Amino acid sequence: MPLPPTWQQFLDEAGGLSRFTGRFFSQGFKPRYEITELLRQCYIIGYKSLPLVGLTGFIMGLVLTMQLRPSLISYGAESQLPAMVGIAVVREIGPVITALIFAGKIGSSIGAELGSMKVTEQIDAMEVSGTNPFKYLVVTRVMAATLMLPVLVILSDAISLYGSYLGINIKGVISMDLYFKQVFDALSFDDFVPAFIKTYFFGFAVGMVGCFKGFNSSKGTEGVGRSANSAVVVSSVLIFILDLLAVQITDILGLN
Amino acid sequence: MEQVLTIKQESKVLEVTENVLVIKSLYKSFGENHVLADFNLELRKGENVAVLGKSGSGKSVLIKCIIGLLVPDTGSINVLGRNIEELSIHEMDELRTKIGFLFQSNALYDSMTVRENLEFPLRRHWIKLSAGERDKKVMEVLTNVGLAHTVDMMPVELSGGMRKRIALARTLILDPEIILYDEPTTGLDPITGKGISTLIKEMGEKYNTSALIISHDMSCIRATADRIVMLIDGRCYAGGTYEELRENKDPKVKQFFE
Ligand SMILES: Nc1ncnc2c1ncn2[C@@H]1O[C@H](COP(=O)(O)OP(=O)(O)OP(=O)(O)O)[C@@H](O)[C@H]1O
Ligand SMILES: [Mg+2]
Repeated sequence: MPLPPTWQQFLDEAGGLSRFTGRFFSQGFKPRYEITELLRQCYIIGYKSLPLVGLTGFIMGLVLTMQLRPSLISYGAESQLPAMVGIAVVREIGPVITALIFAGKIGSSIGAELGSMKVTEQIDAMEVSGTNPFKYLVVTRVMAATLMLPVLVILSDAISLYGSYLGINIKGVISMDLYFKQVFDALSFDDFVPAFIKTYFFGFAVGMVGCFKGFNSSKGTEGVGRSANSAVVVSSVLIFILDLLAVQITDILGLN
Repeated sequence: MEQVLTIKQESKVLEVTENVLVIKSLYKSFGENHVLADFNLELRKGENVAVLGKSGSGKSVLIKCIIGLLVPDTGSINVLGRNIEELSIHEMDELRTKIGFLFQSNALYDSMTVRENLEFPLRRHWIKLSAGERDKKVMEVLTNVGLAHTVDMMPVELSGGMRKRIALARTLILDPEIILYDEPTTGLDPITGKGISTLIKEMGEKYNTSALIISHDMSCIRATADRIVMLIDGRCYAGGTYEELRENKDPKVKQFFE
């Protein structure tokens, strides 16, 4: 029985992405190492996303606080506000929202950049000049995305906790010392570490999907736009799937 | 009789060492589309050979097979004495530095300046070069193609003809022994095209390279090639100098000269 075309397409896609990922592991850790390009990509991917990630993190903390306050007041638990926000931000909202923003900004730019290099034969030109384009373009970008997203998430968490601190101070007073003491009292190692580890996987997924889509871009400028677009869509969905897996795994390991 | 045989053998040995590129019964198809079928070619040192064929006849496929961007179905390709199907990825990359490839679309790195475009292969293959030497090399090839003033410009700021010359400079920068040109004059006006043809001829003499020039532009072929190979129906249909082929009565050959 033939599969419906959309399923066929989905499976083709998944197979292609898996093979591409396999190629990353088989080639990525052998010399020659593209250290200079890796550092340059870390700068581009990490540093350039800072303002966006910082801004969204700040607003997220602020808004979350303002939204939670009325419900907590109605339970008479307003003093729990820092603890609630802290847990929500560090365990879930910080990593996922930052990763989604990252997918939007970095996934699409990698997809578009490699896509246009593909259709204008620049990737072939690189190969022909004796440089392995997979190593030079893909491995460096995937590594940079994997290494930079966790850093961005930590920064975003910090900024959003600060935003939340300001949010509490809009209607009420709490000192910075007390606020952060309450936040960190509520958080434990088990809250922080799994959340931190999963961000590596999110970053890897964004880099990998962006490169895969760009590298397999179809001819023409329309193909480039499509790669950029589907890079964002697919990596965003993957982030949620990975998040679901992460929560299951931490549950099984008893880290809750 | 015996004497003739030995002479024949000797000349054969000589030929083998002189050939920089030997293609034997090359086959390549995409599904049902048999693009190359039993294609044979020899390119001697210092020789410029043109491959002439209609659009879609498989000219680009042919040179992409030579450089290893496409893998042929069967047949052997020997470049500078090495069979490319036997090479490891690493050895292939090394061999590629001795082959220049001018893309039909130029394929300049559009996120880099002209200088960075030219420095890219140098930085990666001639690692020992100091910054000063690298700069000297870049300026040398740029001057040769007559575009020294564009060194700090981006590819988008250049005209089509200028881009073609920068791409030519980039293929020349590692002092290749063989250059593969994919339609070097297509899409250019006749005057610019003529300039490019002259440049190809000059650079070939200056850097002492052999070249395979893919084209259907007769004036370019006339100006650059010592010998022409006609790619028709996926194989080497006819061959010879321009004058010889012009006299050919075969209608498939004749149509190119009308
Ligand atoms: N990657 C590919 N996949 C499938 N078919 C291909 C591929 N590359 C080339 N072809 C087919 O091979 C045939 C020859 O293409 P090729 O690009 O070599 O033509 P060409 O002689 O260079 O033409 P032009 O003068 O227009 O550049 C065409 O029918 C094309 O459709
Ligand atoms: Mg072509």
